[in-house]
Amino acid sequence: MALFDYAPAPESRAAAGDIASTYGHFIDGEFVESTGSEALKTVDPSTEEVLAEFAQGTEADVDRAVAAARKAFTSWSALPGAERGKYLFRIARIIQERSRELAVLESIDNGKPIKETRDVDLPLVAAHFFYYAGWADKLEFAGYGSNPRPVGVAAQVIPWNFPLLMLAWKIAPALATGNTVVLKPAETTPLTALRFAEICRQAGLPKGVVNIVTGDGRTGAALTAHPEIDKVAFTGSTEVGRAIARTLAGTTKRLSLELGGKAANIVFDDAPVDQAVEGIVDGIFFNQGHVCCAGSRLLVQESVHDEVMDALKRRMSTLRVGDPLDKNTDIGAINSAAQLARIQELTAAGEAEGAERWSPACELPSAGYWFAPTVFSNVSATHRIAREEIFGPVLSVLTFRTPEEAVAKANNTPYGLSAGIWTEKGSRILWMASKLRAGVVWSNTFNKFDPTSPFGGYKESGYGREGGRHGLEAYLDV
Amino acid sequence: MSSSSTASGHLAASGLADVASSEASLRRFLHGLPGIDAVGLQARASGLGTRSIKTTAKAYAIDLAISMIDLTTLEGADTPGKVRSLCQKAKNPDPGNPDVPHTAAVCVYPDMVPFAKEALGGAPINVAAVATAFPSGRAGLPVKLADTAEAVAAGADEIDMVIDRGAFLSGRYLEIFELIAEIKKACERPDGTAAHLKVIFETGELVTYDNIRRASWLAMLAGADFIKTSTGKVTVNATPANTLVLMEAVRDFRNATGVQVGVKPAGGIRTTKDAMKYLVMVNEILGDDWLSPDWFRFGASSLLNDLLMQRQKLASGRYSGPDYVTVD
Repeated sequence: MALFDYAPAPESRAAAGDIASTYGHFIDGEFVESTGSEALKTVDPSTEEVLAEFAQGTEADVDRAVAAARKAFTSWSALPGAERGKYLFRIARIIQERSRELAVLESIDNGKPIKETRDVDLPLVAAHFFYYAGWADKLEFAGYGSNPRPVGVAAQVIPWNFPLLMLAWKIAPALATGNTVVLKPAETTPLTALRFAEICRQAGLPKGVVNIVTGDGRTGAALTAHPEIDKVAFTGSTEVGRAIARTLAGTTKRLSLELGGKAANIVFDDAPVDQAVEGIVDGIFFNQGHVCCAGSRLLVQESVHDEVMDALKRRMSTLRVGDPLDKNTDIGAINSAAQLARIQELTAAGEAEGAERWSPACELPSAGYWFAPTVFSNVSATHRIAREEIFGPVLSVLTFRTPEEAVAKANNTPYGLSAGIWTEKGSRILWMASKLRAGVVWSNTFNKFDPTSPFGGYKESGYGREGGRHGLEAYLDV
Repeated sequence: MSSSSTASGHLAASGLADVASSEASLRRFLHGLPGIDAVGLQARASGLGTRSIKTTAKAYAIDLAISMIDLTTLEGADTPGKVRSLCQKAKNPDPGNPDVPHTAAVCVYPDMVPFAKEALGGAPINVAAVATAFPSGRAGLPVKLADTAEAVAAGADEIDMVIDRGAFLSGRYLEIFELIAEIKKACERPDGTAAHLKVIFETGELVTYDNIRRASWLAMLAGADFIKTSTGKVTVNATPANTLVLMEAVRDFRNATGVQVGVKPAGGIRTTKDAMKYLVMVNEILGDDWLSPDWFRFGASSLLNDLLMQRQKLASGRYSGPDYVTVD
């Protein structure tokens, strides 16, 4: 046993507030039962304990929600921007006031560590609402004409990796610009979206402006194919994104997609090594690697490969995997059994194809869905683990010899969401950034998010931007 | 065999023996160390600062922190009486609780060493003396050597020397290397043993993290037993981030040479919460090998009473207040 063994430091589970045994939808300002009888269960992925049942939204539920949003659109879009801004500021403040509750609830439902929900997710959620609240009465200065109009009713489908943050990314700009929304949270993480519905009521948000319909992909398909919506915003897998694009082809509906990624984190021989290692760890192990912009391919200059790998393994040995509610946990649970199975399948393929697998010694809990932080070295560009998005705490390490080769390898992917560059040479950062085909390029940092900064992808990582002034465009009729 | 000859043997084995053979080679080596990204470094230090240390872990860390303190008085107004009082506190920090560990050392000016030695008697507490024209280091080599020799002759177990920051900032690295090596020699006693040498950088005057990393390697190459952030006499003293640079340096130095060097943050560490953050860094950056007073020290004066109050709180469940710890 280590000399300095941290005692358990659990955040209070009770801080999550009451979790109902069953949930319906939130439509037209009310919590309503589903028209169907099918219910789904959401579990705590760290224990597999069932947290609640929730409704599998039917086509009739979706109809009802879209009709409520359509009805609310007339008056909501006619409100002066300053009035819409007031509601958004109010929501932002309530989120801050209830941030501990929301952080704990998010941790329980998603499996991610409380350290991250508390210090990353919730501050960013509030910041996103504050940021777009500020835009609501300044749209004429956004560069989209003197009186930019909203699109109408937005259908929004979000993933399970950052449930509340993705909700904020979708709802805040939509409402600021005068749209109304029907949002479907992911089927493994509906609880914070339903809690957000309470916050909408607490803020006195007019009925029908925000509607939340729960369910799995069938509900999402019904929503995105609904004839009465004007826009679809989707964050999730490239496969589902393609299906939505096919559905919308030939219609006048707008579409913005934020899909997968296989980002390169590029470490040069003159990098600040200790900080680069932190960036590598943050890039792939933050949120259990369930991050579409994760730095899942480490491209390290061959001349410093051994030094970087030694430092990385040493650092990985100090990662604390376990109870998401323990304040000292660095890596929590994998979100679902299905995701765990996918990670296991791809890592098995990595070994079978000849890559060298390494994980630090770490004891994983017996119940729940867990995967130890893993790094593969001797990875070739042909390996599946170098090409497919794993969406888990698994890093593939490749080497390069020159900056040109680093760019070529980094760009050699159907994705293009993000990239990282680690070097002390400023001119190289600028040169690399201009060559990398990725929506976000971080230099000497990774996974830094800010509501003022646009986020989105190249190629199969999607189109449209969320965040910043650019994020307004997706919700304006321009 | 003295520790310095052992260290130079390790340096030779690791190919670092010739690094200080000329100003140019020393400069090349120090400027070839990996750079430090300030934002990333500070983020790492503050990230480790969010560890939650509770119950048994807190009890362990409080006692460990007490045992790592160099209880310090470095005032123009220091008197034998003040030093004697400090020594009693070092031996028996909490009069009502004999199970409280003693501090690692007391730290005083060279002329106070005899009084400290006498007051400590046979207690297993070291006397550390600041030397080499502390705190500014602005004196000639003969003065610095005499300062050191006087403290060692008076019985100092440890010498806390300052480097010449002016020389460092003007790029005269070899001069500092030679100064440290000379002082190291002056730490030797006639019986062949030697006082432990701590080298103070005054990180607040070196300012950049790259400078602090270079200073760390420079001192270790020259034979420092400990590297220490600050004198406590300038505006910016120990911070988690600059101490993290020292920790990374001793870790990398041991990997390169096999020689282990200690770390001492000093100045500005006043609360138990601060001390916990430093111990978490020791734990996660350096590990068990450095978790002892032999390898990690706090240069502090007011920290001890806060640790004692937190210790009482942990034991009794109540805050007792500052009247229940002694003012020394």
